[in-house]
Amino acid sequence: MSKRSRTLGAAGFAALLLLALAAAPVLACGGLIGPNGAVNLLRTTTLAGYHDGEEHYITAFQFAGGGGAFGSLTPLPGVPSKVEKGGDWTLQRLVRETEPVPEAAVFLEAARAAGDAEVLMEVRIDALDVTVLRGGADEVGRWAKQNGFRLPPDAPEVLEFYAERSPIFLAAVFDADAAAERGQAVGDGTPVHVTIPTDNPWVPLRILALGKTGQERVDADVYLLNDQKPALLPAPTGDNGLTLLNDEPASDSLLADLRSDRGMEWVPTSAWLTKVRIDASADQLGFDLAIDASGAGAPSYVDAGLALPTPGMTPMEALRVIFGLGLIGIAVGGALLLVWWRPQPVAS
Amino acid sequence: MGRTEFGILGGIVVALAIAGAAAAWTVARGATGNPQVTIDIRYSHFEPSELSVPVGVPVTVVLSNRDMIDHEWILGDDAVHERHRTGTEPVHGARPTEVTIPAGETRRTTIVLDEAGTFRYICHLPGHEAYGMVGVLVARP
Repeated sequence: MSKRSRTLGAAGFAALLLLALAAAPVLACGGLIGPNGAVNLLRTTTLAGYHDGEEHYITAFQFAGGGGAFGSLTPLPGVPSKVEKGGDWTLQRLVRETEPVPEAAVFLEAARAAGDAEVLMEVRIDALDVTVLRGGADEVGRWAKQNGFRLPPDAPEVLEFYAERSPIFLAAVFDADAAAERGQAVGDGTPVHVTIPTDNPWVPLRILALGKTGQERVDADVYLLNDQKPALLPAPTGDNGLTLLNDEPASDSLLADLRSDRGMEWVPTSAWLTKVRIDASADQLGFDLAIDASGAGAPSYVDAGLALPTPGMTPMEALRVIFGLGLIGIAVGGALLLVWWRPQPVAS
Repeated sequence: MGRTEFGILGGIVVALAIAGAAAAWTVARGATGNPQVTIDIRYSHFEPSELSVPVGVPVTVVLSNRDMIDHEWILGDDAVHERHRTGTEPVHGARPTEVTIPAGETRRTTIVLDEAGTFRYICHLPGHEAYGMVGVLVARP
């Protein structure tokens, strides 16, 4: 697929279901629910940058102490070309740019590997095992189960919501025991940088509410870095749980600082910085954030999860259409032959 | 086609019709001849979420889990459910009114309710009851 000539602005996602992998087999894991309900997802911070046809998704998995493992699943808009350790201070620098009081970028994730879903990529980053999966909701769910995770009750519906649009998921397992052995302190984060070639970026928000019910709150900050000012759907109005906190050209000093961090050479010399704060109840977050940075101002309803994608044609359906069109062509051709090449009457 | 062939063909049609009727009867009554109810589980909800069965009669309950996560079907009064909310039993199946249904699978159980009343069936896996995995079963005289 050729990249669009237009630059589509940033996309990204903050997300994640936090799974707690306990030693006890009965409660070997869980979505955002730990075996004893003690796992808390704090405010998450994510940068979703889009430049030159590639989405750069950068987030951090924080060591929260204890043992075992914590897991998460993140839907992706496409198959990543690269998963690597992220820069050490990109997220903190973004926070410092937009907030007077620095706030630690936090968030946890996890998962493990192998199942019916197709494993596209496995990467070990410090104490974090990252696996990129391709599969429908059922396949990813089976994968989670086979790897000892228990998904929360809303997972079937939420994962299907995503799989209908993109069957690519990123699973991450934070091995707390390995982190402790490495000498990581509580609060230390492992930044991860995922590069995704795509011409259709979006920011999954609904998955932030996974494992939460009713009025439980979802807090997250999503930074977007685009070549130009993006159009967002839904538009952040505050009432819908999305608030626009920053929407202006990125400063030269910020871009220079970001560019000097590990793996951040892609940051352009000029860009538009947007910060969206998510402060919503779980019930509110039934959508994702669609972005159009092309200047057309037409973000996709499908990408926002507000409309279903147009179903594609199966190979058998395509064959039927081709066969049908062929028959019609033969019939029309035959009719034309009869009309135009009528035999001349024989003179008596 | 001669009369003999017609006769054979007719016999096959009649046999198939009888077999189909028998199969339909089996589904309606259950393989054991008991009244049968089917509960589908999809998106972590029971469908139907309200049932009515006769008292004192064995009823086969077919539990079809269409989700990719495991579920439970625990039938009982408030005391039963309170016990399961804090229970540690990982898998159910020894008691007819307590069934674990693995992801994508179907389980059958046969229950007999000895007295009339209203009972609830709930999935007690963490978070599932709060998410709405609750149904009501009325045992009618």
